[in-house]
Amino acid sequence: MKAPDFSYEKPTTISDVLALLANNELECQLLAGGQSLMPMMNFRMASPGTLVDISNVSELSGINERDETIEIGAMVRYRELELSEIIKAHCPLVAMVLPYVAHAAIRNRGTIGGSIGLSDPAAELPAVLLVLDGKIEITSEKGIRLEPARTFFKGIYETSCEPDELITKIILPKKHLKQKFGFHEIARRHGDYAMAGVCIAQDIDLKVRVAFFGVADRAVRSIAVEKLLSGNSDLSEQLIKDAQNALNDIEFEGDMNAGPEAKQHIAKVVLERALKEMKNE
Amino acid sequence: MTGPATVFDKPTDYIGKSIPRSDAARLLRGKGRYVDDMQLPRMVHAVFLRSPYAHAKINAIDISQAMKLPGVVAIYTGKDIAQHVEPYVGVLSHLPGLRSPAQYPLAVDVARWQGEPVAVVICASRALGEDALEHIRVDYEKLTAVTDTLNALSPDAPLIHEEYDSNLAWKRQVEVGNLEEALAQDDVVVVEKQIKFGRHTGVTLETRATVCDYIPGDGQLIMYYAGQAPHMLQFILAKHLDMLEENVRVVAHDVGGSFGIKVHTYGDEIATAIVAKLLKRPVKFTADRLESFVTDIHARDHFVDAKIGVKKDGTIVGMGFNDFTGIGPFSMYPRTSAIECNQILNLTGAPYQFEHYHAVGHVVFQNKTLMCQYRAVGHPIAMAISDCMIEEAARVIGMDPVKIRRKNLIPDDAYPTKSTTGMRFDDLSHHACLDKLLEIMDYDALLEDQQNARGNGIYRGIGFVSLVEVTNPSPMFYGVGGAPIASQDGATVRLDAAGALHISSSVTEQGQGTNAILQQIAADVFGVSIERVKVTTGDTATVPYGGGTWASRGAGIGGEAMLLASHALKEQVLDTAAVILQAKPEDLDIAFGEIVNKGSRERKISLGDLAKIVYYRGNELPHDLKPELIATRHYRVTDFPFVFTNGAMAAHVEVDTNTGLIKILHFWAVEDCGRVINPQLVDDQIRGGVVQGIGGALYEECVYDSDGQMQNASMADYLVPMASEMPEITVAHVETYTKTSVLGAKGAGEAGTGGAPAAIMNAVNNALEPLNCGLWQMPMTPERVLKALGKI
Ligand SMILES: Cc1cc2nc3c(=O)[nH]c(=O)nc-3n(C[C@H](O)[C@H](O)[C@H](O)COP(=O)(O)OP(=O)(O)OC[C@H]3O[C@@H](n4cnc5c(N)ncnc54)[C@H](O)[C@@H]3O)c2cc1C
Repeated sequence: MKAPDFSYEKPTTISDVLALLANNELECQLLAGGQSLMPMMNFRMASPGTLVDISNVSELSGINERDETIEIGAMVRYRELELSEIIKAHCPLVAMVLPYVAHAAIRNRGTIGGSIGLSDPAAELPAVLLVLDGKIEITSEKGIRLEPARTFFKGIYETSCEPDELITKIILPKKHLKQKFGFHEIARRHGDYAMAGVCIAQDIDLKVRVAFFGVADRAVRSIAVEKLLSGNSDLSEQLIKDAQNALNDIEFEGDMNAGPEAKQHIAKVVLERALKEMKNE
Repeated sequence: MTGPATVFDKPTDYIGKSIPRSDAARLLRGKGRYVDDMQLPRMVHAVFLRSPYAHAKINAIDISQAMKLPGVVAIYTGKDIAQHVEPYVGVLSHLPGLRSPAQYPLAVDVARWQGEPVAVVICASRALGEDALEHIRVDYEKLTAVTDTLNALSPDAPLIHEEYDSNLAWKRQVEVGNLEEALAQDDVVVVEKQIKFGRHTGVTLETRATVCDYIPGDGQLIMYYAGQAPHMLQFILAKHLDMLEENVRVVAHDVGGSFGIKVHTYGDEIATAIVAKLLKRPVKFTADRLESFVTDIHARDHFVDAKIGVKKDGTIVGMGFNDFTGIGPFSMYPRTSAIECNQILNLTGAPYQFEHYHAVGHVVFQNKTLMCQYRAVGHPIAMAISDCMIEEAARVIGMDPVKIRRKNLIPDDAYPTKSTTGMRFDDLSHHACLDKLLEIMDYDALLEDQQNARGNGIYRGIGFVSLVEVTNPSPMFYGVGGAPIASQDGATVRLDAAGALHISSSVTEQGQGTNAILQQIAADVFGVSIERVKVTTGDTATVPYGGGTWASRGAGIGGEAMLLASHALKEQVLDTAAVILQAKPEDLDIAFGEIVNKGSRERKISLGDLAKIVYYRGNELPHDLKPELIATRHYRVTDFPFVFTNGAMAAHVEVDTNTGLIKILHFWAVEDCGRVINPQLVDDQIRGGVVQGIGGALYEECVYDSDGQMQNASMADYLVPMASEMPEITVAHVETYTKTSVLGAKGAGEAGTGGAPAAIMNAVNNALEPLNCGLWQMPMTPERVLKALGKI
């Protein structure tokens, strides 16, 4: 478990990063917190020609409040997000999920850009982005594009980010006054990737978005559940039951810890628990 | 009166006290000396190419491209290595019928498990070596992998060894009384269950590692070794590498956990020694975590069909079972892979009195990593078979699990006695332990809480286990069967010129605190302050001969040897002091580094001053006085094959019937390990053992697919319990000293691992009782719980 040979670059500006990425011959891969990439390299599942360490690119840091949105630099570490007053005030769902992302030691290094760039099917933040309708700012030498979360995640470790592109920002809408959020996950051990988890956002117009993680090839929304829940101001017991029963529109995929049936069952449980917590808020 | 029996006539200074271990400060400062820390001049690295297939013929290996890569010094295939080693066979004569073919360090013609080494690159660095591995071309011919233990015995299963008529390695049957007849009687309630135990492994914090060095002029091979039994390995290396034992030195410095994983013969370690000898330079091999998962021995992996018969009043009439266990393609050398099954046959039901017993064990070859002795060998299976069946029977006849135990446990005044299977017991205390357990756990309050919680749809369960543990083994364990495994141990105690004590012992330190208790015993029995006791273990060049660490024997056997040696040196020193002080030896004593008057405790001369007279100014002594300020003693258990310990444990769990998650709310363990030398170390041994038991019960499983590929060979996927999964573990003791030694200490290291799984399974099934279901498979994963509940 030693990584094969690679070159190492540590640029300090976005434009230098982009220049490296644009050079096909270098076979670049971006290194953010390294919490996923380093083990993958040691297992020789990833073998970049050049490792581009972006931790010194100051343009990728910082959590900034804009009029309607919060902009989070790709290199912002989980720990910074977890402790941020801006995040607590304006993106409470992000603050809710962070204590469940791995362990503190990993959160000290892991980054939001790394999580989004990796697209692990069991990661929390992609589901958060889906229900908040977040956007991902992607930059390359060709320019800057804004990709909505709903089209960004493509599959296991697969996103719409091309090899010459860099995720520069994550853009999340600020919480509205009456907006409500729900979250629940079940993991076998504290800090593990979840067996199944759910993020829920209810807008002021009572439109509801529900995204599950750890149950399929990527974070996925259940449109059936969303339809059922939307428009209801009261999350009654019956409604919650109906929502659980409606959870049939996801192609559940098993993993080491649970087969598809168990995944579906636990997804229904986390949905129930998250909705009940929202109701009791 | 003199003699070691007087050691405990007075209050002790150190024995029985929670003295902090002297090596803790060094280890916490990061100053441990582990094998992988070693850098020797001209050292190269052994990097192994391992079979990606569980079963494959090796037609050819082409190393030509790999040889050209930077850093590569040499490459050896299995065939090359085979020329320099006498193959080994993992059988023992006291396990009649056990068969296993000759095994070479690296696969020669056929690879038989995923991870078996097939070639080794010797390289300037581990990383360059891994690069080179990618350029070795092996022409494999994939063969059908035999993975399922039960299918492996079917007549049409492919043979793992063509020279054998089946994949059966060993079968043993134990029959006492007539179980079938006894269970057929009208007044007997019979309960039958199929119990499955997953395969798991030891997961030592420090992985297996070795640096082997060959010193040409001396003709000496030195193996620095992260392991448990240096003298055993010395014998094995000498025998199989055709050397004289005295020319092989095995050195174990700090070891980061062993749990039985590091007491076996691993091909990669033997090959590293061979290569060092061939190249005449130091060679390092450190297993990485992936290699650990696919090459460290695995354990458990049992399918058990069990039955028990009880009368309506709870009297156990008899029990029996049929056990099938998969051990991988070979029986591990030299301890064999049949011992776990053998222990299960011997130990099941051992705490209880009953008449009829019929147990059959099948040890089966399969294409998976080798299985062998891991902490609490066989115990978790044996204890779960008897105690889970007993609690199930109690449920069926409507009896409290404590009552049924009280009725059947061997009475505390029955000793010496024998178990149904003929195990000889003395100094056990099942009832006293159970009483103490109930007292510390407040059973009645838990039962009340259980009722209340059920009303709220919360399912909590309480489960018990009464257990025995094999400790302090005599030569009847291995030596009798021809294994180079010493069951006796030695201790040397030497007074230096400054009045400090240097002690050495053949038992070894694996991180469990052996060195600390040896220091306590020496300081206490001899009479110096503990800071003045320096300890050496692990080096075959300097320590007395002995077995090392395994089977919970360090304190009981190594400790007794240390007691005897310390006492002998004390008598020698007092004889010398008596001459110098013109007093009678029996009027003198040693206390905290001073010779004192036994009655008045008046100080006479310090040990340093005495030693200086002896070492520097011998002219002051009478010519006929020949002081010996060093003493060595050895000890082995002679009266019994094993010194059994016993204990009682309970688990309180909550089963989330929606998610299938099991939370252990509290765990209690009462252990009778005889004299407790260091309560903190013993308590933490019990706790650590319980946590490994929790691992086996709830989390740990080596998951294989039908091709024999291990699916979860990483710390992310193979789940060990971590701090968040560890419940409060309350430990208490009953101390019944063993009469086999002056020290009176039995072992304590494996009890938690041996007992916890049964207690947890009982607690889970107690919780599930009102839902009319049960779970009989470990680990008890959420998915399995949900299936048992019929939710999926
Ligand atoms: C024990 C353990 C438990 C874990 N548990 C969880 C968990 O419960 N939930 C969870 O969500 N995660 C979990 N993780 C994963 C951890 O959060 C990941 O390491 C993290 O999501 C990736 O972030 P990173 O900064 O470490 O990225 P890296 O490992 O550096 O990179 C990951 C991938 O993203 C790419 N990348 C990084 N930055 C960018 C960018 N700006 N633009 C484009 N691509 C980029 C990299 O090239 C690489 O392919 C766990 C990890 C460990 C080790």
